[in-house]
Amino acid sequence: MHAKLSVVALSVAAALALGACGKKEEPKPVAAPAAPAAPAAPAPKPEVVVKLGHVAPMTGPQAHLGKDNENGAVLAIEELNAQGIEIGGARIKFELVPEDDQADPKQGSIVAQKLVDAKVHGVIGHLNSGTTIPASKLYSDAGIPQISGSATNPKYTQQGFKTAFRVMANDVQQGKALGQFAAKLGAKTVAIVDDRTAYGQGLADEFRKSAEAAGIKVVATEYTNDKATDFKAILTKIKSKKPDLVFYGGMDAQGGPMAKQMKELGIKSGFLGGDGVCTPEFMKLGGEATEGNYCSLPGMPLEKLAKGPEFKDKFSKKFGVEIQLYAPYVYDAVMVMADSMKRASSVEPGMYLPEVGKTKYDGVTALIEFDEFGDLKGGAISMYRYKGGKLEYVETLGGDAVGAIKEVAAEVKDAAKAVATAAADAGKDAVKAGAEAVKDAAEATKAAVEKK
Amino acid sequence: MKRHRKVPFLHVAVDLPKMDIFLQQIINGLVQGSIYALVALGYTMVYGIMGLINFAHGEVVMIGTLVTITVATTLIKAGMPVAVAGLAGLSSAVLACMALGWSLERVAYRPLRNAPRLTPLITAIGMSIVLQNVAMIVWGRNYLTFPHLLPKVNFEFAGAHFTAVQVMIVVVSGLTMGGLVLLVYRTKLGMAMRATAQNPQVASLMGVNSNRVISAAFVIGSALGALAGVMVGTYYEIAHYQMGFMLGLKAFTAAVLGGIGNLAGAMAGGILLGIIEALGAGYIGDLTGGFLGSHYQDIFAFVVLIVVLMFKPSGLFGEKTGDRA
Repeated sequence: MHAKLSVVALSVAAALALGACGKKEEPKPVAAPAAPAAPAAPAPKPEVVVKLGHVAPMTGPQAHLGKDNENGAVLAIEELNAQGIEIGGARIKFELVPEDDQADPKQGSIVAQKLVDAKVHGVIGHLNSGTTIPASKLYSDAGIPQISGSATNPKYTQQGFKTAFRVMANDVQQGKALGQFAAKLGAKTVAIVDDRTAYGQGLADEFRKSAEAAGIKVVATEYTNDKATDFKAILTKIKSKKPDLVFYGGMDAQGGPMAKQMKELGIKSGFLGGDGVCTPEFMKLGGEATEGNYCSLPGMPLEKLAKGPEFKDKFSKKFGVEIQLYAPYVYDAVMVMADSMKRASSVEPGMYLPEVGKTKYDGVTALIEFDEFGDLKGGAISMYRYKGGKLEYVETLGGDAVGAIKEVAAEVKDAAKAVATAAADAGKDAVKAGAEAVKDAAEATKAAVEKK
Repeated sequence: MKRHRKVPFLHVAVDLPKMDIFLQQIINGLVQGSIYALVALGYTMVYGIMGLINFAHGEVVMIGTLVTITVATTLIKAGMPVAVAGLAGLSSAVLACMALGWSLERVAYRPLRNAPRLTPLITAIGMSIVLQNVAMIVWGRNYLTFPHLLPKVNFEFAGAHFTAVQVMIVVVSGLTMGGLVLLVYRTKLGMAMRATAQNPQVASLMGVNSNRVISAAFVIGSALGALAGVMVGTYYEIAHYQMGFMLGLKAFTAAVLGGIGNLAGAMAGGILLGIIEALGAGYIGDLTGGFLGSHYQDIFAFVVLIVVLMFKPSGLFGEKTGDRA
């Protein structure tokens, strides 16, 4: 009897465990109920309510970041409503429809469908790349514009959806900058750890490419998950490889304890991470182990931006807490959406969507313009050092130009290799092909230099 | 022609498992396992007597950690010595969790005493969710940092590093298990517990107040949970309202691995699970030539569990008969 019960309980436990860790599964989009006839276009009445969906994890290990995002959106919406905007002859009242996706791709699709069914006029979010990517399909199918302030995985905007935008540099840009920065720090060997989320894995992959291109050797690749607290086993393994630097692709809740446990194991390597660990929370959790290490954030530091300090003041006055991470980006995302509606003189998704792509908005975080994919144009990446419990600005790396040249340089190298192989084969055609490749690459180099 | 190059594969260093690294992984696993064991003791205690899996036990651990943080941090801020604040934190956590355990049993499980066995299991999962959300409301969504209660002392032995906190965790869980065994086999309450486990009706006919015994099991189990919570907090120095979930799940797995209901089994299962996980994460990549990465460590642990259950369905230390203390 008891044994039987324990088996039942075990399968329940296993189901729960799978629910908790099965993030990599491709979430199936929820069956969409047949959409009723399109809503009647809002007749120009004195007041029109514009519903903006906002999605972020409000529960779970990233709830602190989710709340931060929501605060950014709340602040923007309150300001917009205070301005008393009129669009198409009607007074507009923006209304936030907050949803919690628990940083879980499955839940992300469920709440996305909920927002689609609720006929929101636009969606801000989601926070995580892992939830944003599957959800973006649903928004695209429904024609609802979506602007994320924090989903940095390149795939989000590469699916060919016209509705997907982001107001933050993507991980190709960030990973590149991080790899170059690691070389600048003098690292010869790195260990890479990621949390197997779309964000962590994506960033780690881009970092790897860039680091290897810069001549750094990757001596260990380890994985964890976005709920873990104990990293000693993988860190011990890393210790045996003695890397100069440990790179972590993931969020602060894991990064902080990881940095601390590195110290406890007597690992002397430096620590480097992306935006997910560039938070006050990371330093709080990692304590003194974070001191002197580096991380990157897309964009320029808030203090260096014209409207940055003002935003910081407004934020802390309103919510009584510090900005964690993405709040200014989410704020800008809402503002860009409202701005597009104004320019289109319509709040209907189909009407103002074309205007989102034409955005030229001077936001808190940057002058926001989108490229043809919906990515932020010319996303800069800034590097920071953890110092005395604060983020100290180090430098800004222009993501694009430098990266393009590096890539071309790699192409030249490949082409040269091809020539060598061809010469060895002594096949005339092969030599010709190789020579052509060299020529192409040289031209590309020239173009890239000129572009810069 | 360039300089003569060596054949590339001769360059590749042969990765033999190094002794210091292996020892470090064993220490990692032992500490992690002792934490699982400490939590597993709470599961096994309740299960041994009532046959109920108290899925809310992980949340009791979480409440223990969070209460300690609140009390200890406040007292340290008020200028109390760290040792006093730590002890005060620990005792208030133990008291709070005992009260919580008692009320859990009273509110959620006692009314279902005679219900089919799956019903209290579902209630337990429900209570777990309720407690998580209560904690979220009370302590907020952010991660909390656990105050430094023990001085940072690092030891090094044959190239492996460990801290005073890790030693304490292993010692405390060993002592706790010893204490529990004494309680169950050497005291009157323990005898009453074993009697209730065998047959509640007959035990009550013999003058055992089975309600009181069951309450006692919950209260003691929850006190252990609080203790585990303080250990976890001191070790990782972070806490969060969802920290109990995975911990509870792993501890439950450990209890099943060792034979749920058996105190020594919980201890052995916990430590075994911890070590399997550490070795899995440490060597699975090398063993499979990089095909399986360290994120498969849980799979490693669960495969071991399944294999053990196939050959010994009642766990390593579980007895074949259904009922046990």
